[in-house]
Amino acid sequence: MSFNWLFVLEVTITGLLVGLMYSLIALGFVLIYKASGIFNFAQGAMTLFAAFALVSLSAFLSLGFSLVGVLVIMVALAYVVERVMLRPLVARPALALFMATIGLGFFLEGVAQAIWGTQPRGLDIGITETSYDLGGILISKMDLFGAGLSGVLLFCLVWFFQKTRTGRALRAVSDDHEAALSVGIPLRSAWAITWAIAGLVALAAGILWGTRLGVQFSLTLIALKALPVLIIGGFDSVPGAIIGGLIVGSSESLAEVLLGPYVGGGIKDFSPYLLAVVFLWARPYGLFGREIIERV
Amino acid sequence: MFYRECGNYKATYREDMAIFPIPLDKWGIFVILILAFLVVPFLAGHYWLISIIIPFLIFSLSALGLNFLTGYAGQLSLGHASFMAVGAYASVILYSRYGVPFLPSLLGGGLVAAVVGAIFGIPSLKVKGFYLAVSTLAAQFIIHWGISHSRWVSGGSVYSTVNTPDLYIFGWLVDTSMEKYYVALVIVVIMVLFGKNLVRSQIGRAWMSIRDMDVASEIIGVSQFRYKLLAFAVSSFYAGVAGGLLAFLYYMAANIEEFHLHLSFRLLGMIIIGGMGSVLGSFLGAAFIVLLPIFINRLVSGWGALFPVDLLANLELIIFGGLIIFFLIIEPLGLARLWLTVKDKLRLWPFPY
Amino acid sequence: MEGSNHPPMLEVKDVHISFGVLKALNGVSLHIKKGEILAIIGPNGAGKTTMTNVISGVCHPKPGRILFEGKDITTMPPHHVAALGIARTFQNVEIFKGMRVLDNIMMGRHLQMRSGFLSQGIYWGLGQKEEIRHRKFVEWVIDWLEIEHIRKTPAGMLAYGLQKRVELGRALAAEPKLLLLDEPMGGMNVDEKEDIARFILDANEELGTTIFLIEHDMGVVMDISDRVIVLEYGEKIAEGTPAEIKNNEKVIKAYLGTATRR
Repeated sequence: MSFNWLFVLEVTITGLLVGLMYSLIALGFVLIYKASGIFNFAQGAMTLFAAFALVSLSAFLSLGFSLVGVLVIMVALAYVVERVMLRPLVARPALALFMATIGLGFFLEGVAQAIWGTQPRGLDIGITETSYDLGGILISKMDLFGAGLSGVLLFCLVWFFQKTRTGRALRAVSDDHEAALSVGIPLRSAWAITWAIAGLVALAAGILWGTRLGVQFSLTLIALKALPVLIIGGFDSVPGAIIGGLIVGSSESLAEVLLGPYVGGGIKDFSPYLLAVVFLWARPYGLFGREIIERV
Repeated sequence: MFYRECGNYKATYREDMAIFPIPLDKWGIFVILILAFLVVPFLAGHYWLISIIIPFLIFSLSALGLNFLTGYAGQLSLGHASFMAVGAYASVILYSRYGVPFLPSLLGGGLVAAVVGAIFGIPSLKVKGFYLAVSTLAAQFIIHWGISHSRWVSGGSVYSTVNTPDLYIFGWLVDTSMEKYYVALVIVVIMVLFGKNLVRSQIGRAWMSIRDMDVASEIIGVSQFRYKLLAFAVSSFYAGVAGGLLAFLYYMAANIEEFHLHLSFRLLGMIIIGGMGSVLGSFLGAAFIVLLPIFINRLVSGWGALFPVDLLANLELIIFGGLIIFFLIIEPLGLARLWLTVKDKLRLWPFPY
Repeated sequence: MEGSNHPPMLEVKDVHISFGVLKALNGVSLHIKKGEILAIIGPNGAGKTTMTNVISGVCHPKPGRILFEGKDITTMPPHHVAALGIARTFQNVEIFKGMRVLDNIMMGRHLQMRSGFLSQGIYWGLGQKEEIRHRKFVEWVIDWLEIEHIRKTPAGMLAYGLQKRVELGRALAAEPKLLLLDEPMGGMNVDEKEDIARFILDANEELGTTIFLIEHDMGVVMDISDRVIVLEYGEKIAEGTPAEIKNNEKVIKAYLGTATRR
C-alpha cells in the first residue's frame, strides 16, 4: 500500500489548526485556574451561552454591536457567578469548588436550552466554505481563519499577562492570594476580571466552533476535549495550553485517519484521553505545569 | 419527647458501636424493612415498581459505590457510569453466552468492573484531585469506545446492545415486576449492609483519612496506593452489580448508550445532594434525582400554562445544577446532614434547646 | 535515662537535602539512644521539621543515611517507616477533621489491625472482635490523655490545644518505639504545656517510648530532655546536655544575635 505523504501532511496541518482552537478553549480553563485555583467545569456551558447570545443578538444588530453586547452579557455573568457562587465557597477545598462549577455547567446549559431551544443554530460570520490548495494540500479557509484568530487571541493574552500591570497583578493572585492581598491587589476585582476574560475567550471559542459545527449542545462536549489538553500542557500554563492543543489536535486527526479504518472509526472520541492518561503517568503535571509541593 | 437519648447508656463497646445505637432508630429501620418487604410490593402498582422503585434501589446501590470512592476516600470520579456498563455487559454475557447462573453472573460482572475500575485507578499512585478526575473521565470515553467497537463484547455494530434472555433464578422465572423488585431489594439490602460494615471499620476510617489529610495518613501507616486502589475496586464492584441489575431487571438488555457521561454526572449529583460520606445520603440523593423529573412533570402539567415550554422542559437541568451549587454552599454534607439535624431537634422536642 | 552500650536506636548520618536552591540540611548527623528524650532546638528555618520529614520518609536525603535499629530506612516510603515503629505529630496539626476524636485515635491502630476485607464487611464475628479489641486500647489512650469528654466530637470542631492532644493520642495509639514530636506545645498556654510535658514524660517513663522532640519553649526543653541538639541554617552547631547547651556560646549567638556596633 503506497503511503500518501501529502495526505498525511494535510491531515496533520488540519489537525494542528483544529488544535489551536482546542487551545483557545483550554485557555479559558487555564485563566480561571491561574487566577483563582478553580477548575471551571462550566467553561463549556459558558462557551455555549456566549455563542447562543451572539446568534440571537446578530439577528437584529450588526456583528460589531452583537459582539459588544455578548461581551457585556458575559461580564455580567462573570460578576453574578463571583458573587453568588464563588464568594461563599472561598474557604472550601478546591474539589468542592470544582463540583460547584459542574453544577454551574448544568445550570447554564439548562438556561441556555430553555431560552434558545435545542435546535442547532447556524452562525454566520462571513467566512465562506472554501479551501485553499497549497501544493497539493487542501486547507479549509474556515480552519485557517479559526487558527488565525486563536493565534492572535493567544498572543494578545500572553502579552497581557506578561507585560501589562493588570496582567501581572492577576498572576500574583494566582500564585498566592494572601500575599497578593497584602500588597494591595483587590482580590475580588481580580477574580471578576479573570472570569470576564475567560468569558471573552469562551465567546471567541464559541464563535469559532459554532461556525464550524453549528451552535448546539455538543459544544459543551468540545469543552471536555480541552481536559486532555490541560493534562498534557499543564493546568496553569498558557504556553502549555497552546502546545497541548496542537498535540491533541494533530494526534487525534492522525490517529483517526491512520488507525480508524482498522477498528471501525471513532478513535477521535477517546484518543486524546488515552494520551492524557499516558501523560498522567509520565509527566503528571504536564509539559509546562508547575509541580505542587505540599509542606507537612 | 419521643426521640430520646436519656437513659440510653451503653454498657459495652459492642452496643456503642452498633449501626443504630438509639433504639428508636433501630425500630425505625425494622419498620422500613418490613414495609419494604411486605407492604410496598402490594401497595405500589406495577408502574411505580418498575419505573421508579426498582431504578431507585439500583441507583442507590451505584451511588453508594460512588460514595465509597468520592465521599469517603475523597477521589473524585467522573466516569462511574462506565463501570456500570462494564458490569452490565459482563454479567449479561456470562449469563446468556456461557450459561452461568444469575447470581454468579452478577458477581462476575461486579468483579470484572472492579478490575477495570482498579486499572483506571492506577494513576492515583502519582496524581490526585483534578488530574485523577480526568483519568476517570478517560475511563468513560475509552470504555464507551471499547464496548461499542468490540465485536466480541457487543456485536460491534451500530446497535451495540446485548439483549438479556429470560431470567431464571434457581429455576424460578423472574418476569413480574414484584419478583424483580424482590430480587433487587434482597441484593441491595445485603450489599448495603456489607458496605455499611466496611465504612464503620478500619477500611472506612482509612479511606476518610486519605480524604482529610492524605500526607499525614501515609505517615501514620496507611498505604495510599493500596487503599485508593481498594476504593476504586470496591466502588466499581458496586457499580458493576448495579449495572448488571439494570440490565436484567430494567432495560432487559445491556446497552452502552444508557451508561453515558450524563449518568456519571447524575450519580455525582446524587451523592452531593444526598450527602457525601454517608450511606443514608446515597439513598436520599438517588430518591431525589429519580423523583425529580416526575415532580417537574406534575409541576408542568399543573402550571404549564404560565411558563414557556422550553423553560419547563429544561427545568430539570436547571434545578439539578442549581441544587448542586446550593448544597455545596449551604449544606456540604447534603440531605443526610439535614436529616441528622432534624433528628437532633427531635431529640429535644418539645424543648427548644 | 542512660542507655547501655547498645548501638543507638536511630542514627542519622551526614544528611544533606535541598529543595530547589534552598539547602535545608547540610551534612547533619545525630543519634538517639533507646529510652532517651532528645530535644532539637534552633531558630525558625533551621531544618528541624525537615529533619523530622526525612526520618519519617516524607522526603529522602541526597546524600545521607538513616538507620533505625540497624536497618537502613533512607529511601523507605512513609508507611513502611511507620510500620517499623516510628510515629509522629506535626507542626501544623494534621488530624482528620472530618472524623471523630475516637476515629482519629483508632487510625493510630491502623498498623496493628489484622482483619481483612471480608471480615470487615461481614463484621459480625472476626471483624467485630478486632474492632472491640482495638477500641479497648484506644479508650485507654483517651483516658490517659484525659479527653474522654470529647471522644465523639468531630475533630475539626475542637480547640487547637485539644486537637494537638488528639494528634498525640493518635501517635501513641500506634505503640511506637520512637515518637517524633514536632512542636507539640505550639500555641498553648502554660497549663496546657504542663499537661503535655507530663504526658511526654509519662510516655517515656511508663511506656518506654523514645522521644525526639522539636520545641521552642526553652523551659520545657531544659526540664524534660536528656540531651539537646541545636540546628541553625541546616547545620548542627551544638550537642550536649541541657546544662551544657544553655552556656554554649554558639547557641547564645544563634538565638540572641551578637551586639551591633553603633
